[in-house]
Parts: sequence; C-alpha cells; structure tokens
Amino acid sequence: MTRNLKTAFFSALLVLAVSYPVLGLKLTTVGIGLQVQGASPATLWTIASAAVLMFFWQLFRERIGAAWASAPKAPAMPGNVKNFLTLQSTQRWAVLALVLLALAWPFFGSRGAVDIATLILIYVMLGLGLNIVVGLAGLLDLGYVGFYAVGAYSYALLSHYYGFGFWTCLPIAGLMAAFFGFILGFPVLRLRGDYLAIVTLGFGEIIRILLRNMTELTGGPNGISNIDKPTLFGLDFNRRAEEGFQTFHEFFGIAYNSTHKVIFLYLVALLLVLITLFVINRLLRMPIGRAWEALREDEIACRALGLNPTAIKLSAFTLGACFAGFAGSFFAARQGLVTPESFTFIESAIILAIVVLGGMGSQLGVILAAIVMILLPELAREFNEYRMLMFGALMVLMMIWRPQGLLPMQRPHLELRQ
Amino acid sequence: MSRPILEVSGLTMRFGGLLAVNNVGLTVNEKQVVSMIGPNGAGKTTVFNCLTGFYQPTAGRIVLDGEEIQGLPGHKIAHKGVVRTFQNVRLFKEMTAVENLLVAQHRHLNTNFFAGLLKTPGFRRSEREAMEFAHHWLERVNLMECANRPAGTLAYGQQRRLEIARCMMTRPRILMLDEPAAGLNPRETEDLKALIAMLRDDHNVTVLLIEHDMKLVMSISDHIVVINQGCPLADGTPDEIRGNPDVIKAYLGEA
Repeated sequence: MTRNLKTAFFSALLVLAVSYPVLGLKLTTVGIGLQVQGASPATLWTIASAAVLMFFWQLFRERIGAAWASAPKAPAMPGNVKNFLTLQSTQRWAVLALVLLALAWPFFGSRGAVDIATLILIYVMLGLGLNIVVGLAGLLDLGYVGFYAVGAYSYALLSHYYGFGFWTCLPIAGLMAAFFGFILGFPVLRLRGDYLAIVTLGFGEIIRILLRNMTELTGGPNGISNIDKPTLFGLDFNRRAEEGFQTFHEFFGIAYNSTHKVIFLYLVALLLVLITLFVINRLLRMPIGRAWEALREDEIACRALGLNPTAIKLSAFTLGACFAGFAGSFFAARQGLVTPESFTFIESAIILAIVVLGGMGSQLGVILAAIVMILLPELAREFNEYRMLMFGALMVLMMIWRPQGLLPMQRPHLELRQ
Repeated sequence: MSRPILEVSGLTMRFGGLLAVNNVGLTVNEKQVVSMIGPNGAGKTTVFNCLTGFYQPTAGRIVLDGEEIQGLPGHKIAHKGVVRTFQNVRLFKEMTAVENLLVAQHRHLNTNFFAGLLKTPGFRRSEREAMEFAHHWLERVNLMECANRPAGTLAYGQQRRLEIARCMMTRPRILMLDEPAAGLNPRETEDLKALIAMLRDDHNVTVLLIEHDMKLVMSISDHIVVINQGCPLADGTPDEIRGNPDVIKAYLGEA
C-alpha cells in the first residue's frame, strides 16, 4: 500500500506537471508581444480532477484489476473457432463470398460508395502485391509506392505522348514496374532486414523526386492530366465520342448516364483484383512460392540445398513490383491525373500497414485490412482533426490484441496421402 | 580401390589475424565414410564451410571429381552434388516435413511460371514425382507419421533425420554431416549409424562426417582425419588413429 501511495503520488504530480503548462497556460498576442494568461477555471478543474483520478487509479490499481478479473466476462472466442477462421478452406469460402458481394455492389451502392470501393480495390491489389515481398519472401520493402508510381506514369506518358489506350498500356506498365523491381533487386540482394528497408525507402523517394524534377517529360509537380479512361472493346464512356468512335450509351441505345463510367471502372478494378488473387493463389502452390517461404525461414539452409537466394529474392521483388505496376496504371486511368504527390512515403506506409494488419501472407486478411484502412478515414470524416488520431489508436490496439494481424494465414499445406 | 572424388590440398582460412585452418589436406574416396575429428575449436566446421562455399578459402585447392570448385558460391557447389547439414538443425520450421523435402527438390522441378499458373500436365507430373520421391525418403528415415506436421514441432532426433532426408532430395554425391549425433540418445545414434551405412552402401553417397561421438566414428568410418588447432594432425584408418600417440595427446593432454 505504501509503495502504491508513492507511485500514485508521483503519477498525479506528473499529470499536473505535463498538463498544466500545455493546457493551463495560454499564450495570447497583445499588439506585437506575447502574453501568458491562465486558462479558464473549467480547464484548471479538469486538470485537477485528472490528477486526482490518476492518484486513485494508481493507488487501487491492483484491486481494480482483481475485481475486473473476477467480474463475469463475455464468453471468449473458443479456440477451435479461432482456428477455423484462419483455416485455408474457410478463407477460400470467405473470399468467394466477398467476391460475390463485390460483384453485386455497384448495382446497389450509391455512386460515391462505388467510387470508394474502387479505391479499396486498388489498395487490395497493392496489398496483395506487397504481400508477396513482405509476407511471403520476408523482405521488408518500404519503397513499394515507387513501383506504383512507375506503373501510373508508364500509362500516363504513353497515353499523353503516343495516345496508347489503357488496355495496351496495362501489360506495358506491369512490365515496366517489374523491370524497375528487377533493377532495385540487384543492389539490395546482399542486404537484410533494416538495411533493406532503408535502401528500398530511398529508392521509392528517388523515383518520386525524379518524376517531380524531370519537368519536360513528366510535367513536374503539375503531373500529367487528361489521361484517357479505359474503354470497353473500343467503346468509351463519355457523353460524346471523338470523331470515328462510338460511345457505350450510343452503341447500346440507352440514355447517357455518368454512373456507367464509375461502375465500369469498378468492374475493371474488380477484374484486376481477381486476376491478382488467382495468380498469387497459384504461386503459393508452385515451387517458387515454396522457395520464397523457405528463404524467409532460413536463407543459409536454402543455399546449402542449392537454391539460389539471389534469383529467388529477385523473382519476389519483380513479381511484387509487377502487381504494383498494374495497380498504378489503373490508378492513372481512374484519376485521369497523376502527380508525384500521389506517391509519397505515406502511401508505402499505408500499403505496408494493410499487409501487417491483415496478417502477413494472408490474402483474406489483406482484403479486410484494405477495406478497414481505406473506409475508416472516409467514414470518420466528421471527426475531422481526430481522424488520424483514431486511425493511429486503431493500429496500436490491433497490434496489442492481434499481433499476427486480423486473419493470420495458415499456409496451404501440401498433404501427403498415406 | 575406389577413385578419389574429393581432393583438398593446402586449404587455409584466415580471419584477420586468426589462422582458423592451416594447410589442411584431405582425400575422400568414392562411397566411403570419412570422418573429421578434433577437439572443440579445431576448425572442423570451418573446413566444412570452405568446402561448401560458405566461406571463400584464403588459399588452397578443392577438386571435386577433377573440377576445381574453390571460391564458388554455396548454391553452385550444392548444384555439383555437395550438400551439408548443420551443427544446429536448420529446417524450415513453419513448413511441414514433406514441404521441407519439396523445397529441396526445387532445382529438379518444373519451375516454369506459366506451367505452374495453368497447371499443365507437365507441371502436375513434376509435382507428383516430387511428392513420390519425398514419400520414398520419409519412409526411409521412418518419418511417415509426421509427414504433414510442421518441421519445428518434430522431436529433435526426428528433425536430425529429416535434415538428412532433405539433403538426399538434391540427389547428392557427397553428403557432409556436421555433428549429426549431437543431442541424440544411444538408440537414435544406432539408427543414425544404420542410416549412414545405408546411404553409402545402397545410394552410392560419399559421406563426410564431423563427429565427437568416438564410438560412432570408430565403428562407421573408412578413414579418419584428425585436425588440431587448424592444422592436420593425423590421417588414417580407425585402427591407426586409435593407436596414434599424437591424437591421444591432443585429446587427453600430456600424460
């Protein structure tokens, strides 16, 4: 008790010492000088009561904890349910259900909702791509947004200078990003962990700064605007077609509706996500997927068995970057505008957060995390300045409660039939 | 007399001022079990690391079947048929036993990206054959009942056996075992002895062994090399080594 008393006293003192100067004193400008004024009595009372509260909390903490432990609890999730949620087969059904929901979504949701869903799908694609590098191969990549930028600018530049369409540029953008992934792969082959993270971080920034400063080619900070939207087999979704082209509503003889474009973009994004999901699902069961995981587990043992770590790391980087390239070119098409400011470090951080929150290596986890990460800031708009605070709090809580992520992966174990 | 498959001469490894391995020579004949013994810190594992490409030797020649291999990276040497286990077991712990064996067959599998994506018949066949080969060896090392368990959850002796089976997946010519009996009980050591003899006799594998268990070394080796403080001390059949006064001195100190 006396020990608690001492702790409690100092804790309360600390509350006062920290909060009084910050909240209790106000600087006001009087003419050209500054004047210190006391805050309103209400604020002072709040500070005082916080200190008192802290005092009693520290004093009775153990007893409160004991009382809390003995209080009846909500039934905990039984172990087998938890296990069931992370099973490969369950997750496959969940993904299927999500896909069906996603297919139905644009025909029920509002225009804004479909637009946000498209954005979520872009991040799902990015998350799945980064998942290869971070979740499977275990290489921490903080510059993933660089490949996203490469993909976006590939389409933007080709469209701007040569008038290429979206569908021609999509594979080119993927290949360009993969090529950059390959180039980055070389210098970082020898690096591990933290060092790798720093180098990739630098690489992401280099790409952004290059795009910003090559003004003649990329338009500098203004970026490139008026990028064409994707077309449906040559039919575009504008109100009036260009000379010699036809629009979607003319071809089908329906009235022009601007929502068609939004829905079409959404469906294109969904198609790309489905392709990504399929490819990654196959990769997991291919020798290269196994080699990535083996490399994450033990690089030295891999070398001793004749696996070339260089080639395996390079393939992870290249393929991961390739998906970022696809996502990037779609992003450019959707926005119709690319600027270097869309590819700042915070984007990399968000994508990485999606992978980590979702549970490393888990595809369903990545999808759910992308929904949470993109939807939450949108929903929380009314809290305006507290938005980022809530966002941060959510991440801290997640890491405390579910450090392995929302839905950690159970690997698709190959079964040996006896 | 079988022909030499691995010839090492003048092998020297220097870490800054420390001479870890000094002028070690070694000849390993095909289908033999050759043991390397010596007190702790004698440089045995360093020799292994040089032979398998984990270290670049400072000097010396390593000739595998007429081809010089010193200075090659580890995975290239493994391609040539020299694979090793480690003093502390290095399995892929999160992966199942059978997956450990599949990873090791990576080089023999159909790794074509599109074949795997489309599940072509060739790809399926290659995967099935890999599975069968893994199955075969799991039976050999008596691990069938743990085939689908994560490797990290196996008992220590089982992990040791799995590591040897994993090496066999690469179809090696020379198998290098670094203290395979460490931490095994006497029965498991007997099993290990039988396993090594089987590898040599039935699978034509040459085995290079580092081991402290003298009973095992003396009973299974065709040839023994003794290293002390980085230098070669003696070289001969088990009987010759047993009677060698230098070896006794190195192990037991001056009488």
